[in-house]
Amino acid sequence: MTTIAEVNIPLEIPKTPGHSDEPQENVQREVRPVPERYRNAIGKYRVTRLASCIACGRCAELCPEGVHIRPEGYAYMLRPQDHRCIGPACAKTDHYCIRQCPVNALALRLNPNVECLGDPRWTGDLILSTWYQAETGQVPPPHLEYRHGDSGGGFDRMRFKFEVPEFGTSPHFAAPEKKRSAKNASPAGIDTSLDLNRRADGRPQVHIDIPVYGGGMSFGSVSIHTILAKARAAVAWNTFSCTGEGGYPDRLKPYDDHMITQVATGLFGVREETIQRVRIVEFKYAQGAKPGLGGHLLGDKNTPAVARMRGAVPGNALFSPFPFHSVYSVEDHKKHLDWIKEVNPHCLVSVKVSTPTDVDMVAVGSYYAGAHIVHLDGSYGGTGAAPDIAKKNIAMPIEYAVPKVHKFLCAEGIREKITLIASGGIRTAYDALKAIALGADGVVIGTAEMVALGCVRCACCESGRGCPRGIASTDPELIELMGLDWATQRLINMQNAWHEQMVDVLRKLGMSSIRELRGRTDVLCYMK
Amino acid sequence: MPDRYHIHTTNTPGQFHRIGKFGGIDWREDCSRCTNCVKPRCCFDVYQHESAHNRSPQASMQTLYECKACFSCVQGCTKGLLSLSANPEFLDMGDDYWKPDIILSNWTQADSGKIPVSGAGYRGRFHGPGFDSIWTDMSEIVRPTRDGIHGREYISTSVDIGLKPMRLNFSPDGKLSTESSSLMELQLPAVLDVPAWPVRQIRLARARAIAAKELMTLALVWARDAAKLPQDLLPYTVPILSGDDLRGDAELLELVRNMAQLLDSPDVPEMAKTVRARKPQAILSVRLTLTPSAADRILDLSRLGFKVFHLCADLQGCERTGSRHSGRHIKDVLRDIHGRLVNEGCRDEITLVVSGGIALAEHMAKAIICGADLVAVDTALLVSLGCRVCRNVHTLHIDGGLRSAGSLSCECPAEIGLQDSEYAARRFVNLMGAWHSQLIEVLGAMGIREVRRLRGEMGRAIFMEEIEKEAFGDLAPMPLKQDIA
Repeated sequence: MTTIAEVNIPLEIPKTPGHSDEPQENVQREVRPVPERYRNAIGKYRVTRLASCIACGRCAELCPEGVHIRPEGYAYMLRPQDHRCIGPACAKTDHYCIRQCPVNALALRLNPNVECLGDPRWTGDLILSTWYQAETGQVPPPHLEYRHGDSGGGFDRMRFKFEVPEFGTSPHFAAPEKKRSAKNASPAGIDTSLDLNRRADGRPQVHIDIPVYGGGMSFGSVSIHTILAKARAAVAWNTFSCTGEGGYPDRLKPYDDHMITQVATGLFGVREETIQRVRIVEFKYAQGAKPGLGGHLLGDKNTPAVARMRGAVPGNALFSPFPFHSVYSVEDHKKHLDWIKEVNPHCLVSVKVSTPTDVDMVAVGSYYAGAHIVHLDGSYGGTGAAPDIAKKNIAMPIEYAVPKVHKFLCAEGIREKITLIASGGIRTAYDALKAIALGADGVVIGTAEMVALGCVRCACCESGRGCPRGIASTDPELIELMGLDWATQRLINMQNAWHEQMVDVLRKLGMSSIRELRGRTDVLCYMK
Repeated sequence: MPDRYHIHTTNTPGQFHRIGKFGGIDWREDCSRCTNCVKPRCCFDVYQHESAHNRSPQASMQTLYECKACFSCVQGCTKGLLSLSANPEFLDMGDDYWKPDIILSNWTQADSGKIPVSGAGYRGRFHGPGFDSIWTDMSEIVRPTRDGIHGREYISTSVDIGLKPMRLNFSPDGKLSTESSSLMELQLPAVLDVPAWPVRQIRLARARAIAAKELMTLALVWARDAAKLPQDLLPYTVPILSGDDLRGDAELLELVRNMAQLLDSPDVPEMAKTVRARKPQAILSVRLTLTPSAADRILDLSRLGFKVFHLCADLQGCERTGSRHSGRHIKDVLRDIHGRLVNEGCRDEITLVVSGGIALAEHMAKAIICGADLVAVDTALLVSLGCRVCRNVHTLHIDGGLRSAGSLSCECPAEIGLQDSEYAARRFVNLMGAWHSQLIEVLGAMGIREVRRLRGEMGRAIFMEEIEKEAFGDLAPMPLKQDIA
C-alpha cells in the first residue's frame, strides 16, 4: 500500500483568509484498491475455460495476475477474472496458462465487447486503463495504451522526445516492473504544485498540490454522489472541484475550501452567500463542447430537488442563455469581475472561455479586467448534453488554443501575471503534461473523472433518466448504483496514478518542478 | 409583422429496415435462472421492447437495435452471459465519405426533424479530409464587428438566386432604365437536387416538389419528370433541360415557371436564347460538372450573361478530374472560385450552388463559408428514405413510375423510389428542418444574423492547415512511420 506521505508531499493545507466558516472535513490521501462496482469487469482480453477443465488448479498456481481462482475448499475453478489478464505478452513468460493447461481447456482472445467500447478520442484502451488507474492507483500495465488515444491529431500525434528512440533517449518508459512501484516513479523533490494567484494584488495565494483540478458539473447534470466524490478527492489532493452552475448544495459545505463556484449565464443558484463561501469563483462565459450556445438541462433531469436548488419549476427544460447579456466589452467584463471581487474580497476570479479564433485577445482582455485565472475550454470537451454539430465543429480544439494564447501572453509581457488553465479533451496524464508543455500552467479535467467512476461514454447523459450507470443522473434509483466512498476512492486513486506519471516524466526530462515544463515545446515532437 | 420562416416538422418514422450500431449477444444455454436478471433492469427497457416486438404478429422479422451500449447488462449478469457486438451490417454501410454514423444520423433527423443532441464530448477523429478540416468560429466576450446577439427566430436563412443588379441606372428624365431583375428569394440556403445516380424517379420528383413548396425553396427535376407533376407544384420546381430536350420537345418549355437549369454544353448560349424566347422572365442557371477548369468556365459564361451556376461535385464532394484520382475537395475549389470571382469584381452578381458531398448540416454551413451561396442536397435526401449509399444496381430511370412494386426488378435494399411521395416529402421536410435548426445554431454561435453574410466569411472559420502551422510549427517533426514504443 502506497501512501503519499511517503513521497514527501505536504498534507497540511496552509490556512489563508477567505476560508469557509463551516467546519471542514479532511479526506485522507491514501491509495486503496477499489474493484469494479459491477459484477463482471471488462478487460481487454477474454479467457474462456472449456467444460473439459479438470479443475486441477494448475492455472491458479501459475497466474500472478489473479485471473484464475479456486477458493479454498472449492472443487471447481471460478470463472476466469479475465479483466486482469495481460494477454498475448504473457506467452513469453513461464506462467502462460494457455500453454500449460494439461487438457488445453483454456483459450485467450481479444474481448469482443471492447470493440463496442470507446471511440477514436477515448479508445477502449484509454477507458480500460483509466479504470485500472482508478482501481489500483497505479500506472497501467503495458498491454493498455494509457498515454494517448487514436484520434489522429492534436495530443494523439504528439510525443515527448524521450518516447521516441530517434531522439537518442531511452527506447521506452521505465521497464514494466519498475513502473508499478510508486517509490521508483516518485523520487522526492519533484514538485507538481502550482500557485494560482500570480497577480500580487493583495488577495490570498491559493496553492494546489497537483496541476489539475476538477471541472464544473452542475447539480442536475450529475448525481450528488458524483459531485461529493469529486469534492472529497479534491480535498485529498489539495486541489479544487467546481460546482458548475446548478447551485451550491449544502452537502458541499464541509468542502468549501476546495470548491470553485461558478457564475454562469443562467445564474442558477448563484447567491452572495455562495460566492462568499469559496476561495475561487469562476465565470463561465462559454463551454467548449457547445461554445456560443449556452447550457441546456433537459426537463427529465430537472427533478424537484434540482429545481429547488436552481429556483426553477420541476420538469421544465432549463436554458442558460448565451452570452452574459450584461457583458459586451472588456469594460463590462471588468465590471463583472469587480462585482464578484467586491462580494468576496478574498477570492480569486477565474474566467472560463471557449476557443474562438481570437482567443488570445480574449485572454489578454481577461487579464486587464482583473482575472487571476484564464481557463480555456477546448471544443472537444465533455458535456451533459450538446448538439452534435456544436461538439464537432464550433471553435478550435484546446491543442491549438494553448500555444496561441501562451505565445500571445508572452509577447504582451503579462504571461507571468496570469494563470493559464486548459481543459476540454484532457484525457490522460500525458495529455495534461503535453498541454503544460505547450504553454498552460495546469489543466482541468472532467470526462477522465467520469470514466474513473465507470463511465463508458455511451453518450446517454442527456436522455430520460440520464446516465444508465448512475453517474450523470438525478434519478433516485440510478443514483444508488454508485456509492460515495467507492467513488471518492476511485478518484483519489486515479489522481495518484496521474501524479506518478507526471513525476516520472518530469524526472525523465530532468526537471524538478512542473512549473519548469510550462511552454517547453522543445521537449515535444509532432507527427506532421 | 410578416410571418417568420418556420419549418413544420412531423414525426414520420421510417418505413425501411433500420440498421443499428450495436447488438446484444445472449448465450442462453448457460443461464442459471438465478432470477437476478439484469434484463428487466435495463434503464432504456431495450429487452422489454424487443420481447414485445418479437411477440407482435405485425412486427417485421428485423431486430430493433435500441441498445445504447451502456454495458450495464453485460457487466451485471450473474454468469456473465451477455456481451455486445458492433453490428457488421452497420459497419458495412456507406463508404469512406458516407460513413455509417452519417447515414444513421440523417435517418434519425428525418424521423423527427430534431437536432441530434447527445451527452459526453465529441467522439470522432481530431480532423479529417474535406470539411472535417474546418472549424467554425464562435462569438466571445468582445466582438465589436459582430452583428450582436439575436434571438434565434431573428436569424435569417434566406438567400437570393438570380440576376442581382449592382446598381440602378436612370434615364435623363429620371425613369428607371435598369431592367427589373429576376431574383428569387429562397428561405433555405439549400435546394433539393436530383439523385446523383440513376434511381427510379417520378415519385421522388413529386416528393421533392412537395417538400420544396413546404420549405419555400426549389426542387430540381429532370424536365421529362416535370411534365408529370401537377401544375400547382411547378412554381417550386426547376426543370433541368438538355440540348436534346429542347430540340426534341419544345413543349417542355411550358413547364418552366420561375427558373430553368441548362445542362452545360457548347450550345448553352443557343439553348438560353430558345428558353428566353418563350420565358423571358425565367432565371437561367447552368449545371456544370465540377472539373479543375470550372472557374474559367464560370467566368466565360458570366461574360455571356449567365449568373447562376450549379457546380456538381462527385459523391464525395471532390472535383471530377476524368482520371482515377479524384481532384480537390469542394472546400478548396469553392475558396478558389470565390476568390477568382472576387478578384474579377463580379462575385456579388453571381449565385453559386454546389452539390455533391453535402452529407450533414455542418457541410451546408461550411460550403457557404467557403464561398457557395447555397447548396443542393442530393444523396442526403435518398438517405432520409433509408438509402445506405450502396449504389448497387438501381438500373433504370423508369418512365412509367407508377408501376407496381412487383414488376420492378428492384435491388435497392431500401426500395427507394417506391415510397409514397407524401411520406417521402415529409421525411425530406424533417431532414431539412433539422439541418435548418443546426445552421441557426452555427450562425447563432458565430453572432451572424443572416446566412447571406456567412458566404465566403473565411475569416470566421478555422482552417486546419493554417492553425496546425501556427500552433505546432515550432515542434520538432517526427517521421510518420516512426515506430514509437
